Amino acid sequence: MRRQVEGSKAVAETVARCRPTVVAAYPISPQTHIVERLSELVTVGELTSCEYLMVESEFGALSACIGASAAGARTYTATASQGLLFMAEALPNASGLGLPIVMTVANRAIGAPINIWNDHSDALSQRDSGWVQLFASSNQEAVDLHVQAFVLAEQMSLPVMVCMDGFVLTHAMEEIDVPEQDDVDAFLPAFRPRQWLDPDHPVTIGAMVGPDAYTEVKYLMAQRQRRTLDALAEVADRFRGAFGRDSGGLLRPYRTDDAEVVLVVMGSVWGTAADAVDQLRADGVRAGVLGVTCYRPWPGDALHDALSGIANAVVVNRAVATGPGGVLGQDVHVCAPTGTAVREVVMGLGGRPVTRAGLVDLVCDVLDGWEPAGVLDYRDLDERVAQRELAREEALP
Amino acid sequence: MTLDVRIHGRGGQGVVTAAELLSLAAFDQGLHAQALPSFGSERTGAPVVSYCRIDDKPIRAHDPLDAPQVVVVQDPTLLRAADVLDGLAEDGVVVVNSARTPAELADAGLRLEGHQHAVCLPASELARERLGRPLPNTALIGAVVALTGIVGLPALQEAIRQRFTTATDDVLQANLQLASDAHDLVSEREHHDA
Amino acid sequence: MTSELYQIGTFAAGNRLLEEDQRTIQSSRDRGNAITSGHRACRGCGEALAARVVLDAAQRTAGGRMVTVNATGCLEVFSTPYPESAWQVAWLHSLFGNAAAVASGVAAALRATGRDDIRVVAQAGDGGTVDIGLGCLSGMFERNDDVLFICYDNQGYMNTGVQRSGATPPAASTANTRPLGGSVGNSFGTGKSLPQIAMAHEIPYVATATVADLHDLEAKVVKAMGINGARYLHLLVPCPLGWGTQSAETVRIARLAVRSGLFPVFEAEHGTVTGVTPIRQPVPVEDYLRPQTRFAHLFRGEGRPEVVAALQERADRYIARFGLLEGEPDEAAPKDEVRT
Repeated sequence: MRRQVEGSKAVAETVARCRPTVVAAYPISPQTHIVERLSELVTVGELTSCEYLMVESEFGALSACIGASAAGARTYTATASQGLLFMAEALPNASGLGLPIVMTVANRAIGAPINIWNDHSDALSQRDSGWVQLFASSNQEAVDLHVQAFVLAEQMSLPVMVCMDGFVLTHAMEEIDVPEQDDVDAFLPAFRPRQWLDPDHPVTIGAMVGPDAYTEVKYLMAQRQRRTLDALAEVADRFRGAFGRDSGGLLRPYRTDDAEVVLVVMGSVWGTAADAVDQLRADGVRAGVLGVTCYRPWPGDALHDALSGIANAVVVNRAVATGPGGVLGQDVHVCAPTGTAVREVVMGLGGRPVTRAGLVDLVCDVLDGWEPAGVLDYRDLDERVAQRELAREEALP
Repeated sequence: MTLDVRIHGRGGQGVVTAAELLSLAAFDQGLHAQALPSFGSERTGAPVVSYCRIDDKPIRAHDPLDAPQVVVVQDPTLLRAADVLDGLAEDGVVVVNSARTPAELADAGLRLEGHQHAVCLPASELARERLGRPLPNTALIGAVVALTGIVGLPALQEAIRQRFTTATDDVLQANLQLASDAHDLVSEREHHDA
Repeated sequence: MTSELYQIGTFAAGNRLLEEDQRTIQSSRDRGNAITSGHRACRGCGEALAARVVLDAAQRTAGGRMVTVNATGCLEVFSTPYPESAWQVAWLHSLFGNAAAVASGVAAALRATGRDDIRVVAQAGDGGTVDIGLGCLSGMFERNDDVLFICYDNQGYMNTGVQRSGATPPAASTANTRPLGGSVGNSFGTGKSLPQIAMAHEIPYVATATVADLHDLEAKVVKAMGINGARYLHLLVPCPLGWGTQSAETVRIARLAVRSGLFPVFEAEHGTVTGVTPIRQPVPVEDYLRPQTRFAHLFRGEGRPEVVAALQERADRYIARFGLLEGEPDEAAPKDEVRT
């Protein structure tokens, strides 16, 4: 039903309609409204047959989900930033054990310095944890991705992280069509675990694997990740058929067909970028935007195809990396077609807004021959402050 | 048709609720709306900002408003301290929670340019009368509704009913009355000034 | 469940002089062998012995309806060398510090899906309980989740090469508390009593036991399995490798620990001690320390008599506090902070 509702609450209600049997909750800004709303739904009896565990830390939260999932329950938790890092040890444990846990990450910067506002550093820091990572471009997509996430997770026996921009999406109140219970039930069948803790058929889960077998185990996991790309696209297709909405999938292109410059973005910036593209097009600039919805597993082939014939791609990184470029940027670099010039910027760290005007300027600059400064161009940096501080450091004995 | 509203106040004055009410009212009326708080740690007394975008087309963007047509100032002490008027449209309107006049507030930081104009409303006093507490947000949103004519008072009142489901009936009625009083006050004045 | 026949009843695993109902579960021909042969534990491993006793008893009490959650540690490592497993029960290993949280999740899942006739037993070594596992364990206690948590305390991080843990006793030599220079080994004043921390959470049942008294150990497991809510068993399990004892001496060393007073054997419910196993034949701490290489520095050459005396004083404090010689706690005994 179409309602004017806060993103977090819509996500919580959607998750509830996915009928999780165990929810583990530990609060961290900006995810709190999700776990609070789930608690309400359990307390008033709208979410039945669900144990809501208030745990002692995020590490406890994901650990409880691991146990619950291994015992055959559909499980869910949510976190952000520091919380995601605190459960970092458990992330590859969950994926390694093939547990179809679904988790919302309300993307937030990581400290130090402590910053509670939105960027992608948290999820991206865990990109190789073996979790599927999906980035929502809007609250509607965030809601839809959770339904798809449970289907995908249980189909592939892989945990799925649904990323939604903290505060920007979680705390935005807007028009969202929250899927009805019947429709979710028709789309998401009951959980049938591949293996679980069953006294009647005891299995050993979590054995120690030595040098003689570890490589094969990891290789097979990687193959499963590859198959997940196809499965994900197929789930999105089925979702479109069932709900009449285009949500999820690997990429989200907008007006890229004949574009000279394409902005490559993840998350809610997509909406702002689409507005920027419309403005540019109205001024005769052939701009487009390509959203990456499925970040992990990385849709390299799809991205390559999407950028074919496009002269310029500008990647907006919303996380810092100390390697040869941005996290998203380098992934795009590696897979872009040879005819596409890929430039990267860092923008929107720690909640600094990525504005339509800023994106319009960026596209225009690219067409004017602008090149990034250095390995990573901090596009929205206050140069004055930066230079002053650098000079001060250099002047120190 | 778009309407961008930015609301300034201090934590505890219902700044976020104000944006939500406006967005609910717009939605009720078949428009698209998005309310965004300026997100921070939960602390009363600190300056807070919220935004409401209203449009007859679906809203995709999630960046903060940079050119609001309406700025609401729930706490006049912010006029001096914060850049509350930044980006206000050339013919934008500022709604200030104050018993003083715009001219009197000029010294307090109310600097208007071009065709911008200000409307002052003693929202806290009205709220104290009706609600028993100086919570100015519903009155101020009532004023915004009157000024812009994009959303009607009935839609706002429906939004209040939807939003304040856990309030007692007294509190709910008081808020409904407050929105209506402020709406009528401003309507008359604008009509009179026109 | 102690027998009148002291010599035979308490110390023998199987014996036909006892009534049927007084025989141990271990002595039964159809015991579950929750952990079976083929595992890679050291000779004389106290933990392997305890694990079988505990889980067979738990399984029997639960009518086979039981699942196990195991922390990283010796027990997990020596029992599951892929592609083999020594476990004949449903068994899950996640990480080092989260056994309690994982077990809480399992219990929640069973409850939510109407299968809470299936009981959950979590197990970890002392490292995974008192140090890295403490946060999750405290959370499980505080929520009173329906989990029986077993700590196999061999007083050190044995799996990684005998490093000191929060359960390592004072004056013990470990890989990172060597008695070099004038050092005494592990410092006095460090360490924590998990049984007392568990009691502070006022959970339904807390008990200590050792591999030296099989009947007592089984009885406590059976009792714990008959209770719902958070329960905690702290078991002393000597480690021949880490303690430097003879592999055939494991049971005897555990018994000496109890007889010296250094390991009080008691039960508590909701924060109050409800029962104490009296020491029948007390021994000075030296009798317990001497057979262990990890305490050899206290007796080499001139030895460290003052350290031994300090350990004796510690033992005497426990004896007084828990009333280990009289069978009643001594209310007048000096109460001091939680120390092991």
